[in-house]
Amino acid sequence: MISIIIDATIRAGTSILYATLGEIIIERSGIINLGIEGLMLIGALSGFYTTYTTGSLFLGVISAVLIAGIAGLIHGILCTYFKGNQIVSGLALTMFGIGITAVLGKKMVGQTIEGFKRIEIPFLSKIPVIGNSIFNQDILVYLSIVLVFVITFVLYKTVWGLNLRTVGENPYAADVAGINVTAYKLWATFIGSGLAGLGGAYLSLAYTPLWIENMSAGRGWIAVALVIFASWSCKRALFGAYFFGGISAIQLRLQAMGTTISAHILQMLPYIFTIVVLIIATIKLEKGYSSQPESLGLVYDREDRK
Amino acid sequence: MSSCILKIENITKSFAGFIANKNVNLEIFEGEIHTILGENGAGKSTLMNILTGLYRPDSGNIYINGTRVNIKSPKDALNYKIGMVHQHFMLVNNISVFENLLLSMKLDSFVINERKLKSKVKEILREFELDIDIEMPVWKLSIGQQQWVELIKLLIRDSKILILDEPTAVLTPQESEFLFTFLTKLKSQNKAIIFISHKMKEVMTLSDKVTILKKGETVKTLNRGEFDEQLLAELMISNKEHLKLEKSAKVFSKQILKIKNLNVKNDKGLSDLSDFSLELFEGEILGIAGITGNGQKALAEVLTGLKKPLSGQIIVNDQDITYSTSKSKYISGIAHIPEDRKTMGIAPDLSVDENLILKNYSSDKFTNFFFLNKEKIKQNAREQIEKYSIKMGYDGIPVRLLSGGNIQKVIIARELSENPLILVALYPTRGLDVGSAEYVHQVILDSREKGMSTILISEDLDELLKISDRIAVMFRGKNMGYLSPESATKTEIGLLMSGKK
Ligand SMILES: Nc1ncnc2c1ncn2[C@@H]1O[C@H](COP(=O)(O)OP(=O)(O)OP(=O)(O)O)[C@@H](O)[C@H]1O
Ligand SMILES: [Mg+2]
Repeated sequence: MISIIIDATIRAGTSILYATLGEIIIERSGIINLGIEGLMLIGALSGFYTTYTTGSLFLGVISAVLIAGIAGLIHGILCTYFKGNQIVSGLALTMFGIGITAVLGKKMVGQTIEGFKRIEIPFLSKIPVIGNSIFNQDILVYLSIVLVFVITFVLYKTVWGLNLRTVGENPYAADVAGINVTAYKLWATFIGSGLAGLGGAYLSLAYTPLWIENMSAGRGWIAVALVIFASWSCKRALFGAYFFGGISAIQLRLQAMGTTISAHILQMLPYIFTIVVLIIATIKLEKGYSSQPESLGLVYDREDRK
Repeated sequence: MSSCILKIENITKSFAGFIANKNVNLEIFEGEIHTILGENGAGKSTLMNILTGLYRPDSGNIYINGTRVNIKSPKDALNYKIGMVHQHFMLVNNISVFENLLLSMKLDSFVINERKLKSKVKEILREFELDIDIEMPVWKLSIGQQQWVELIKLLIRDSKILILDEPTAVLTPQESEFLFTFLTKLKSQNKAIIFISHKMKEVMTLSDKVTILKKGETVKTLNRGEFDEQLLAELMISNKEHLKLEKSAKVFSKQILKIKNLNVKNDKGLSDLSDFSLELFEGEILGIAGITGNGQKALAEVLTGLKKPLSGQIIVNDQDITYSTSKSKYISGIAHIPEDRKTMGIAPDLSVDENLILKNYSSDKFTNFFFLNKEKIKQNAREQIEKYSIKMGYDGIPVRLLSGGNIQKVIIARELSENPLILVALYPTRGLDVGSAEYVHQVILDSREKGMSTILISEDLDELLKISDRIAVMFRGKNMGYLSPESATKTEIGLLMSGKK
């Protein structure tokens, strides 16, 4: 029983984890991207469509990352070159994503593909209770966990990461240090949006695997909130995403067991719990000091003065 | 003969129709320290920002070693080996000192080799005799320490042209001296140094040449030997009338503020104030001398209610207000000129007009019922701008776009406009040009006539001796004793400042 719940937790949390990691990278560059929900849908559909037509899961993943990345890049360009309003542009991206996938995805509804298979890791998967639920997952789950550590490493231990954080904290300081502020912002939006797309593709290529209209069901919004509550830290994002996944899993169990509680209320639980728990976690941690990138959401103009 | 490394020809730069630089011409040679002198808002920082690629000029040419160059970005400037310390720091507050310094080091690998680089950075800090924990985020440093991190960022880069925009504004005189030894060394290595300061003594001792900028235009370049303080002041100041400070003789009898054995600790748990006692009389200007970092900031913060004391008493008009509820009333009678003008003193995105009424926007003076009265706010702004000759570019400009000195003037104008009971001023003339500094002294003296009591915290002994009625000296959070400005000598004060009784 525990084993099944852990397994379901990880599977339900993974798509949010990807999206949260993506948003962390984007926000580290100082850009807020509220288009995550839309990007996840774009990723889910393009991944599904590509796999459906080519039969290759690998190509599906690649196309999800690239197409969502490019869609996100439009947001990036609006926020840098055109000094647009990041909130408006992000919301537009979400609405665009929902709309276009509903239209273009009509033919994919009801189609089936062969989704990602579980890969059993020898020995580790034999550990009692947790072994089979953690070490017998599909490749995208493993990748997402590896990414948590890779992104943390890149952000804190490499020149690229230092430069990216500097851009998000104080673009003036970055600029006078010779860092190309716009390039970093664009790369971050591209990569981050690509990850959000991958989060969507996880749903349509591994979790269900099907294409359902609006299948991300608000996970993109949870990801955006998670970034804040995780204080822009990838490791805490992992915790947050799995927490959400855990409540989803339990909630599904309850439904399956046929409780009298309305299914609608049960479906709300993961969202409510995640936010409440993370708010509490943040209150304890912050104490007057915020780890939010200082220039988050601001337009950078070299000739302005800070 | 050394060669002209940098030539500026007819540079013009305007912001929304306001001309900040107008046909500026300047030649900088190798191996010289060239000072740019001018009033607040004369366009010094603007010109320097053009040289470092932050601002694009409207017209004009820049030549480096005789070839015309187009500096399109700060990166270009770095490639031409132009480095700059900006008047308002270009530091990343939330990252460590170590990482801030990495930003100006040449890193040859993608992965940061922490062990190697940390020992290198520590070595650099040792060379500059700086005792800073390199893991500390920059926002926790004192302003003086932040200034040093900024300076080091410049000095570890291999620049040929070094621009220092008011680097000494927040340094102690000793630290400034120390900096000058580095600058002189760089000069002997044939680097060109552009230096900006409002402190005339420094300008006199350090400069090989001085170029005067007035209302965005170059007035004149003078060589060493051709200038003295008097002449420079005359050339740069636009309104010729020279203020003569008048201070009436006064007898002080009524004690307005009494601080008894105050103890305050900082975030690190070290004592900022230890058993600190002080008395202030009504209508008195009490100067507080001391090297920055000896508890001055904590004193100001306790007095203005920003910090809580651990123990001790603050008594205002015979009433103990240390923990009492009457505190807020007392605080409303206190004016505060903070040390850090950009983060504490202003609402950066609001206009000058709005910033001038931040303290009393809800008073009848500026409201009709509960609406703000635009007309009266404008009128008030017009008066203050005129009085303090605040130069603000175009109308309605957000305060953050003003020059450093003019931001300082906005704060002073606002704080002194309401006839406060007590003024707590931390380095009030920092960054002000000589004329404006004089004017601020005059205003403080005028308010003294009206009964305002002032605690004037400063490092500038000349300033303290000039306007104080009494001088107290602070050392390691203690009051070392009082001196009379009529009889005290600078040596005497200096000794007390270093803890010798
Ligand atoms: N980015 C900007 N946008 C709008 N106006 C600006 C900008 N930068 C400078 N100005 C205006 O140009 C004028 C000159 O400013 P500058 O900072 O060059 O003066 P400064 O000589 O350095 O004065 P200070 O001694 O006070 O530092 C000011 O009136 C300022 O408001
Ligand atoms: Mg300036």
